[in-house]
Amino acid sequence: MTVSPAYPKVQTAPGQPAPRRRRLGRKLAPWLFLAPGALMFLVYVIIPIVESMWISFYQWDGMSAKVWVGISNYLELLDDDAFYTSLKNNIIWLVLYMLAIPFGLLIALFLNQSVRGIRLYKSLFFFPFVISQVVVGLIFSWFYAPGFGLFFELTKWLDGTGIALLANPNTVTYGIIAAGLWPQIAYCMILYLTGLNSVAPDQIEAARLDGAKGIKMLWYVVLPQLRPATFIALVVTVIGALRSFDLVSIMTSGGPFGSSRVLSYYMYEQALSEYGYRMGYGAAIAVVLFAIMMIFISGFIWKMWRDERGL
Amino acid sequence: MFPRPIQTMSPAARVTYQVALPVMLILWLLPLLGVAVTSLRPASDLAQGNYFGVPSRLAFGNYLEIFHNSPFASYMLNSFRVTIPTVIGAVALSCLTGYALAIYKFRGNLIIFFIFVAGNFVPFQILMVPVRDLTVKMGLYDTVTGLALFHVAFQTGFCTLFMRNFIKALPKELIEAARVEGVGEWQIFWHIVMPLVRPAIAALSVLVFTFIWNDYFWATVLTTGSDTQPITAGLQSLNGQWVAAWQLVSAGSILAALPPVAMFFLMQRHFIAGLTLGAVK
Repeated sequence: MTVSPAYPKVQTAPGQPAPRRRRLGRKLAPWLFLAPGALMFLVYVIIPIVESMWISFYQWDGMSAKVWVGISNYLELLDDDAFYTSLKNNIIWLVLYMLAIPFGLLIALFLNQSVRGIRLYKSLFFFPFVISQVVVGLIFSWFYAPGFGLFFELTKWLDGTGIALLANPNTVTYGIIAAGLWPQIAYCMILYLTGLNSVAPDQIEAARLDGAKGIKMLWYVVLPQLRPATFIALVVTVIGALRSFDLVSIMTSGGPFGSSRVLSYYMYEQALSEYGYRMGYGAAIAVVLFAIMMIFISGFIWKMWRDERGL
Repeated sequence: MFPRPIQTMSPAARVTYQVALPVMLILWLLPLLGVAVTSLRPASDLAQGNYFGVPSRLAFGNYLEIFHNSPFASYMLNSFRVTIPTVIGAVALSCLTGYALAIYKFRGNLIIFFIFVAGNFVPFQILMVPVRDLTVKMGLYDTVTGLALFHVAFQTGFCTLFMRNFIKALPKELIEAARVEGVGEWQIFWHIVMPLVRPAIAALSVLVFTFIWNDYFWATVLTTGSDTQPITAGLQSLNGQWVAAWQLVSAGSILAALPPVAMFFLMQRHFIAGLTLGAVK
């Protein structure tokens, strides 16, 4: 490895040997700067990923000796109804969470004006993202609560009986996703507000002179310029949907009858909760979730890699 | 500007917009407003079914009660004890890694960078069993230190992505000029680059503060009791104890949400700059 040609050589007086210490220092420097952070990341993130894959081939309660069971954890998954329920719910999460992107754009368009006090409005619309998902979960549990929740009362006023969203296995996941969309829409909104800020005004004016307006203008002129914002909104929304854990845990603990479980929650339940300490089986569930996420992560990284090369 | 500035439209449109703004906002924050009002309701109101009417009086006592009759203060304190060291640790480490990846060209640079980025996106569950095991083995299970150490390591991924891109956008000439002068590598980092990345440090600090304060998953995996658990996990267990005492749950929720909200309002510009990194080319 040589010193990067991108930087000028250290200037030396004629006749003197190049200062070898400095060159060596420059070669070593990046590794010294990297070492502490990379080490921590290695120990707590990279190695555990490999270990989890390894543990998924064992039967293990977390304390006594591990027993090698080959792929039987994965075979058990194939026959596990709770696993399929979780997987199905993860897909519903993923699909419905995407709504955060158009809704975020819609609110951003609504707020992209310069009237008095608009900055405060923007901040307050962003509010749900700042608060913890635990608090969001509690807020929505209260909102949906049968007997007195605002949502319940509203539906009662409409249909006479009221809808107890979280008590019904057929609606519970949708109720939780709605709660999750609240902060996620706020996040997408702020991404688009930032994006809209930097849309080239001359292009808008030019298109306006050509008679473009409304939806057409949005689709052909504005959205292409918002592509970086859309990409990030997509990344954070996909990751957010697949990471969903907090809301399920707070609002229903996977119930009723396990109907609102998602893979992340089911894994936790198997590995660490009152249902027992099945670390190996839990690890196998985690590996499946990891594999699903890796499909998306690879796609994102591939795109970022291309952009980086293009620089 | 898109959409068209409201000022260029008809007076009717302008009035409609001015009315729609607060109406939409109230609808948007309705669940939150409901909880805020509930947190000020006396228990007797809830018992009598007065859920939506005007509270019979403002019961600030709810807020005092949660401090007197539960380890709420301890949970809040634990949150600070986890969050503040994590912010310092993760930001410090990522200044170093970000600098290394932005300034030096060496083989494997991009690969290491993308490992940090990818690691930042993985599901927590794939880390859960080994990290818990490791923490137990280090004797740090159910301690604030054990929780903070993991957070530092994990947040380093996101912070490195941020720092590296920020430092890469700095003018190269500064560093090249310093090298020509014969300034050492550490000196360049400390005296030239560090003063320039202050905005990035501010942005990362508020973001990491919010992320860690709001973390629930790792709090439940790595800590158990009220001596160590942060407020997110604490609130969940208090919620179990305060069955149907919604005025207490609401007051607790509001208090738990306050520190990140205060952070956001105090450092709004940095917060948004951090979150929207990359949203603009």
